[in-house]
This record gives sequence, structure tokens and C-alpha cells, in this order.
Amino acid sequence: MVASLVGFLGDFERAEEAAQEAFAIAAERWPRAGTPSNPRAWLVTTGRNRAIDRIRRERTLAEKTRMLEVPEPAEDEMDDETTIPDERLELVFTCCHPALALDAQVALTLRTLGGLETGEIARAFLVPEQTMAKRLVRARQKIKRAGIPFRVPPPHLLPDRLDAVLAVAYLIFNEGYGGRSQLADEAIRLGRALAELMPDEPEVHALLALMLITDARREARFDDGGIVLLRDQDRSRWNLDEIAAGRAALDRALALGGRGVYALQAAIASLHAEDPQDWPQLVALYAELARRTGSPVVRLNEAAALAEAGDAAAALALVDGLELEQYHYLHATRAELLRRLDRGGEARAAYERALELVHSDAERRFLEQRLAELA
Amino acid sequence: MKYMLLIHHGPLEWDALSEDEQKQVGADYQAVSTTPGVTPGAWMEPPELATTVRVDGDNTLTTDGPFVAVKEALGGYLFYEADDLDAAIALAARIPAARLGGAVEVRPLKGT
Repeated sequence: MVASLVGFLGDFERAEEAAQEAFAIAAERWPRAGTPSNPRAWLVTTGRNRAIDRIRRERTLAEKTRMLEVPEPAEDEMDDETTIPDERLELVFTCCHPALALDAQVALTLRTLGGLETGEIARAFLVPEQTMAKRLVRARQKIKRAGIPFRVPPPHLLPDRLDAVLAVAYLIFNEGYGGRSQLADEAIRLGRALAELMPDEPEVHALLALMLITDARREARFDDGGIVLLRDQDRSRWNLDEIAAGRAALDRALALGGRGVYALQAAIASLHAEDPQDWPQLVALYAELARRTGSPVVRLNEAAALAEAGDAAAALALVDGLELEQYHYLHATRAELLRRLDRGGEARAAYERALELVHSDAERRFLEQRLAELA
Repeated sequence: MKYMLLIHHGPLEWDALSEDEQKQVGADYQAVSTTPGVTPGAWMEPPELATTVRVDGDNTLTTDGPFVAVKEALGGYLFYEADDLDAAIALAARIPAARLGGAVEVRPLKGT
């Protein structure tokens, strides 16, 4: 609803005010007069009218509005036929404009599109509510006073801007990955809205696929000991509907010719959810993803898949070329590979190095057990 | 909306550019200055010729050089009347300093 008002008024602050006024009027009037047959349309029209009245009173024509003629008290004449344009797409690109700081993009997206309360967002990101409130106010001010346009970017800007939007959605999802499921749910909702609003963009479907398939493992990911590694997860606790929905989104992405970074990650997630896992295919996908991103962590995953596919020696060669000395997974992977190649002494040293760096209890127990088995 | 574009040149050595590149830079600045909506600023001497002034109580303190490090100092400016920030960003991106190691700050003006 705020989206429609922002689109109409071109001003976030006024849209917020107008929405609140409309809700207040509804709360007072509907119990007496009954709920209108199209409540949303009533709220939007009421919000628009209040905002227009206010603007007229202020006599500021510098405020841009899409139309200044307003039909007579439409509050009482609402019918079902009124079409409310869906301005969510303009809104999401505005919230994720590169001229806004990333934390402002995230906060504004959650507030305006997600409809989360400022307090909820603050708690989700572990900052004081005052801080989050200020962040939102500053972002809205910048949009207004620096002239950030309210529109879907033109074709020559769209690829980069869409990347920014997807990055914000994925960031919100990852923030929620560690247990704040409300954020993960919001990210998925946003992903679904984007897929509906931009059905021809493969990476939009791919990101949704990645989030759904990852989220499907949520119930199996934690137990009292902390994080449960993928190989140990109780697959019966996976949400199969989510995996199916994720795979459907992935199919749409691939059918649209998607070969982007999210498509690769979603395909990898989908393969990991199979049993048995197609390791050669995973090797190929990790290799491609590593090529695109230059990430040594992805190359490490490629090595792990290579080992599972049967070539421990090649995997070890790959791992030895990586610069991830402070990363416990590197040493844990090396240790595992050395163990498979019967190089017990070197494996022991690698497990010990990994144990120096590890942080999760589940992983520590796993490494200690492997070390004990070597003796 | 009206914007001021503040041009910072970065560490580029003019002499390090080839003659063709220098010509291209000149042509690009010319194109930007003559874009509709642009009010070019005055040309400044280089930052090495700047003097920075502060006042502390009764004392006027002057130092040789620009307010910030020479390499990041302001080199020029212009005004641009644009529909929105995206248009101003697009113009800023055409200013040679932006692609030659410098940067352009895009600041909206009050009351526009």
C-alpha cells in the first residue's frame, strides 16, 4: 500500500504519513460503518486524498504528484473496479539505488517492501532502534533531496541495478541464515515478488531457487550442539515442498538461458540436495563458479567435490595452490585428502592446524574424531 | 534539480598521457561543458598553487597547498540542471577525471 502511495506522491515521507492517516481513519470508521468491499483500494484512495489535501494546504507545487485532480469524496464511493498500479518494482529499485549506503538499502527495503517495523529490523540486525530509525530517515531524506528517481531503471542501467537489488535480497537472506528466520522469510518473499514482477529475468528466478533450496534445510541445520554439517543432516527434516519449488524456479531460470552466478549456485544447491550426489557435475559447476568469482573458497569446494568424485590427488594439488591459511576448512580438507592418500603423518599435522582455527563445536568434534582414527 | 559537480583529478600526470589521449581528454571536457543544462565553472590553477586558511581565535593560520592531499584535491567544478540524480551521475561519469584515477562528487544544491 505504501508502494502505491510512494509511486503517486514520489515522496517516501509523505507516503508514510498518508498511509498512517488512512489506517487511523479506517480504524475509527470501519467498526462503525462496516468494512468496504475493497479495503485496500479504500486505504490507498484515502491515503492519496489526505496527502493531496495536505499538499494543497501547504501550497507547495514543487512537490511532484502524478495528478492533482481528485474525484469528489471517493472514500464513500469505492468500487471493486479501481485498479491500483503495482509500483513495487519502482519501489525496490529506488530502495536499492547505488547512491544509498548498503545498510540503508537493506533497511529501506525491509521497511518499505517488507513492511517490517523499525524495531523489528533493528533487532534483526542487532542495532539499537534509534540507530535504525535514523538510518531510515536519512535514507528517505537522501532520496528526496538528492533527487533519486522513483522508477525502474532504463535498459542501459538495468543489469547493474538489478544486480544491486538481488544482492540486497541475498544479503537479507544470509543475515537470516544463522537462525533469524524472519529475515530469511522476508528475503524469500521479496524474491517471489521480484520473480512475479520481472518474470523474464533468469537471475531473479535463480536467486529465488537458491534461497528456497537453502532454506529447505533450515530444520535440519541446527541441533543442541550447534550447526549440523550437510553430510550429517537428517534429510527427513528437509522441507521437500521448498526444494521442489526451488527446483521449479531453477528450471525457469535455465529455460530463460540463465548461466549467471545465482543460477550456478542454485544448480549446486539442487545437486547437493540429491542422494546420491552427482560429484562430477558438481565439480564442473564449482569450477565455473570459481572462474566467474575468482573465489578461493569456491575452489576449495571444487576440490572437495573432486575428491568425492574419486580424484584425491588432483584435489590435493588444487588445495595446495590456494591462499587460505587462516581458514580452518582448508586444513580440514587437506587433512581429509592426505588421509585418503595414506599420508598419515601429514594428515595429523593438518588436522591439528584445523583444530587451532575451528570455531563450531560440531566441527571440532568431527575433527577430533578423525584425528583419533588416525592413531 | 540543480547539482554541483566537484571534480577531483587524482594522481594522473598530464605528461604521462599520449598526445592522442590528451586530445581525447580535451574533447571530452569540451563535450561535457557544452552539454545542455551544464554551467561550466571557472578554471582553477593546479592544487600545488593553493593556500589553505584557518582562523584560531585571533590568529589566521595559512598553510601551503590544498585542504586535502594534493593528489585528491579539487581541480574544477560545474553546475548541472538535471531531471534526477541518475542524469547527474551519467554526466559525472563522462568527466575524464572520473576514469583517470580521480573522482567526481555530485552534490545537490539547496532549494532546487
